[in-house]
Amino acid sequence: MLEFRLYMAQRLTALLMAPLVFGHIAVMIYAVQGGLSAAEILGRTQGSVFWFLFYGTFVFAVSIHASIGLRTILHEWSGLKGGLLNAVAALICAALLALGGRAVMAVTLL
Amino acid sequence: MDQKDNTLKVTVSRGTSGEQFEQEFEVPAYENQTVLDVVSWIQQNSDPTLSYRFACRVGMCGSCAMMVNGEPRWTCRTHVKKVVRKNTLSIAPLRNLPVVKDLAADMTPFFDKWVDAEGYHHPTRTRHDPMQEVTPNDEERNRANAGIECINCAVCYAACDTVANNDAYLGPAALQRAWTLYNDQKNENGQAILDAVSRDGGCHSCHSMGSCSLYCPNELDPMSAIAGLKRETAKNLFRRRR
Repeated sequence: MLEFRLYMAQRLTALLMAPLVFGHIAVMIYAVQGGLSAAEILGRTQGSVFWFLFYGTFVFAVSIHASIGLRTILHEWSGLKGGLLNAVAALICAALLALGGRAVMAVTLL
Repeated sequence: MDQKDNTLKVTVSRGTSGEQFEQEFEVPAYENQTVLDVVSWIQQNSDPTLSYRFACRVGMCGSCAMMVNGEPRWTCRTHVKKVVRKNTLSIAPLRNLPVVKDLAADMTPFFDKWVDAEGYHHPTRTRHDPMQEVTPNDEERNRANAGIECINCAVCYAACDTVANNDAYLGPAALQRAWTLYNDQKNENGQAILDAVSRDGGCHSCHSMGSCSLYCPNELDPMSAIAGLKRETAKNLFRRRR
């Protein structure tokens, strides 16, 4: 049953990520076209609740999605299983959340 | 065909699991010859101790599947000229299964997994009830028909890389059987099937690599059957929550 739950979590986070990826690419192209500097971009993102939620949701979805995928690869390629496998996957999830969360806070908090 | 072409060099895997070795045989080549003919020639003319399995010789019983030049094939319906490379053939027991001896794979895990996937009939009526009518062009019936010609040869099981890397995975044949029964109006307790294929090693372990559908000798499509189970189990999850 755990595998089924992880399968559903991975699909649902993929659904979340798809529009966010398109949004991110669209904004990047727009920002480059206009010739915005890093300082100007930070001026718009820092203090913005919208961008905090946009990239915060993305980091949350990526951390869950990627750690489930890596858990499967680790199981099939290295034979890791049981509690150790789940612990490694949880660690990967926590690391992605910490790294991504730090980046989101750096560009959206004042 | 010159003299050199009249002989096939055949490498055969011998021995049991963990103690396997290769042995070479020279077998006369004919214009029309199946891989099973080659194996039978070796057993009848070179080495009577060679073990292998076959029954019908016409692609119905599903017992003669082996690895031929590294790919799973039903040997009774595989012509040598279709698979031979530079007059050589390499024949081994089916991948992903233990070996009884030589070319005979132990099918026990394969069939145990059919049972684990609830791949057996759950009858809706007794002999005292009238026969259930089945509409041939019904959508559900057509989904069941798509997988009904499976001959249990385990070619898909041997072709599957997920089976190779994940011991618990039920495999394409068992899951396709579960999907066929799930869509069969004469089978009840569909929930038991969905529960069985949702356990660890069930349909959600499939990565849709498609080797099962590529190698199935009856041109069935287990990958789509497994996709059907994934869809149905996901829908069922939300139905149950309501």
